[in-house]
Amino acid sequence: MTAIQNKPVDPTAHLSDEDVEALGRELDAIRDSVLADRGARDAAYIRKVIDVQRKLELASRGVLLLSLFPPAWVAGTVGLSISKILENMEIGHNVMHGQWDWMRDPKVHSTTWEWDNASPADMWKHSHNELHHTYTNVLGRDNDLGYGIMRVDEDQRWMPFYLAQPLWNLLNACVFEYGIAAYDLEIGKHLKAKKRGTADVAAFQAQLRNVLQKVKKQATRDYLVHPLLSGPSALPTLGANVTANLVRNLWTHSVIMCGHFPEGVETFTKTSIEGETRGQWYLRQMLGAANISGGEALHLMTGNLSFQVEHHLFPDLPSNRYKEIAPQVQDVFARYGLTYVTGSMPKQLASAWGKVVRLSLPNGFLSRRTAKAVPVALVQRVRPARAEERAAA
Amino acid sequence: MTTVTPPQTRSARPRLRDRLVKLAEAAATPLVPADYLDLVDPLRSGAALRARIVAVQPETRDAATLVLQPGRGWAGHVPGQYVRLGVDVDGVRQWRTYSLTSPADRADGLIAITVKAIPDGVVSNHLVRAATAGTVLQLDQAAGDFVLPTPRPAKALFVTAGSGITPVMGMLRSALHELDDVVLVHSAPTADDVVFAAELRALAADGRIRLVEKHTDVDGMLGTAELDALVPDLAEREAWACGPTGMLDLLEGHWESRGLAGRLHTERFRPLVVAAGEGGTVTFSRTGAEVEADGATPLLQAGEEAGVLMPSGCRMGICFGCVLPLRSGAVRDLRNGDLTTAAEGDGVLVQTCVSAAAGPCDLDV
Repeated sequence: MTAIQNKPVDPTAHLSDEDVEALGRELDAIRDSVLADRGARDAAYIRKVIDVQRKLELASRGVLLLSLFPPAWVAGTVGLSISKILENMEIGHNVMHGQWDWMRDPKVHSTTWEWDNASPADMWKHSHNELHHTYTNVLGRDNDLGYGIMRVDEDQRWMPFYLAQPLWNLLNACVFEYGIAAYDLEIGKHLKAKKRGTADVAAFQAQLRNVLQKVKKQATRDYLVHPLLSGPSALPTLGANVTANLVRNLWTHSVIMCGHFPEGVETFTKTSIEGETRGQWYLRQMLGAANISGGEALHLMTGNLSFQVEHHLFPDLPSNRYKEIAPQVQDVFARYGLTYVTGSMPKQLASAWGKVVRLSLPNGFLSRRTAKAVPVALVQRVRPARAEERAAA
Repeated sequence: MTTVTPPQTRSARPRLRDRLVKLAEAAATPLVPADYLDLVDPLRSGAALRARIVAVQPETRDAATLVLQPGRGWAGHVPGQYVRLGVDVDGVRQWRTYSLTSPADRADGLIAITVKAIPDGVVSNHLVRAATAGTVLQLDQAAGDFVLPTPRPAKALFVTAGSGITPVMGMLRSALHELDDVVLVHSAPTADDVVFAAELRALAADGRIRLVEKHTDVDGMLGTAELDALVPDLAEREAWACGPTGMLDLLEGHWESRGLAGRLHTERFRPLVVAAGEGGTVTFSRTGAEVEADGATPLLQAGEEAGVLMPSGCRMGICFGCVLPLRSGAVRDLRNGDLTTAAEGDGVLVQTCVSAAAGPCDLDV
């Protein structure tokens, strides 16, 4: 994709300013209808999910005490993986968004929640809620566009480093919780500021200490305490925890990729959001996310991020409501001539990975060459790019 | 030679316990062990105080008694005291205070509150009409000084109206056998609206109390001259009054004019609003929220509307469940107009339910 402002045909060109504001009002009305009706049914839903997740975790960890016995290992590992995914996605992510703050329950509140993930809640809330959800898909502002290690848009400048990005992406997927923690620390930004001499070293170190402390606690629980409690089953239990964390990492990474990277999702230039109205903000969210189609189980396991479009429009509405308002949201898309990007998980995942592979090469690189000519052309391209980088440095 | 138990064995037990607690915490992080134990037994000892509804018994057309099983941490109460209850109404946790109506020493350990549904009362209507047995509520320890003294007074007078009977019922059920001479003047719109009517009338029929029922729909409001006539020996009695603000104001004035101010004890269910603040920007610094609040809006309400997790209780300035440190700025007490100011870092404690902004202010929440 290319930022819509740089495209030959802007997919929003047919909308007048009045249209955009009218669209904003329609979406506000959808939001208001949910707020007016939010209540006991929603509260019962999240409490049920939390209850089921905790019991599943307890049961799985209990079964893993006997994980020397292979069926116990399999059952415990599957249960723990599902429990960790539920905890991160449908519970943690959404509670920390403030979706359940209206219940005024200090135990289920964005300001008190801590999740089963390497990144401390406070740091994650800043980089996710404040940065990503505010600057969604704005090039140079939304770091979720490639997490600073990948090129996922034609308008991001190609560098030789990106040649290996399919590999970076796979590695990041395997250790995704640590990837998120490193990303929430904004290490790149800190290093740049350090170079300029404007870095707040003490603040960065304090945050780094928080992360390391959290990582230590998490690792102690999964890789030391629970294995030791398993006695003779210590090693299989260790393996089960490693596996469950890996499964959780791969799954969450995949869900996130499907949310913003599939073909058809639009990006925006840095200056395009200056003086953005409510209607324009909504329009950007509509075009900057993609859904995953599927059944109830998929929606639950993605934390309803399978309704990424609805989530980006209304990040603080209870997640169980996204599927209910999806038909109304699709209707708005249709009436305003906009494309609601959705597809099955395999399709969206393939599309996102396709983009990661395609953009590891300079723009239009493959279309202009035969397969045989690619390696030579790449070498020719890498040398001047390197020289350019050195000159820039 | 006698064997002396080495002191280490005594201290080793707590140390072992500490270690087990640490281990449980390490196994439960980022949650705490209590989060898992709550799944099994929310009323266990050591848990945050809660209560389970055992039964809901209708009293009148708009009042009901809730019999509650308090958690193991319940420290008991003195009759006349109230409790803070956290009730989830339509998914939202709401805190209110209710007088305890059960005797203090029930053998089964249960306690009871009696709730009268007030018009537009979110919690009272829910408790009277929708609460079901088995529901777990949040609970706080009993509090309040609207209680009988020891030794008991030789002659007692209770003047109540509507749900104002509730703390007095708690006293009568617990201590009537220690009171020789009790007069109860109770007002309610009609005979059918009298909460605990059967029990009170039975006590009167047995000669245990003298009961004066005033049915205000027919008889009109109780006047002070009328009260003097009904209770000629009023000046000899220690008195307790509970009911609407108007009645309490009237009685306090009357007792004062007769030079008996010290003998009247009152319990208010509504704050007395006399002064508005100036309004201003309220900052909830820990949450990072900021709102413009006018001078009549309690800080508690302003915070709740801004999505801040505000502690709360009676919402009328008596239970101190809503108190927060004022980091800086000025607030005005809505009941008496008193101004409280705090300089940076002072952390003056203010009751957010009866205080409004009087200029910019910063709350530590």
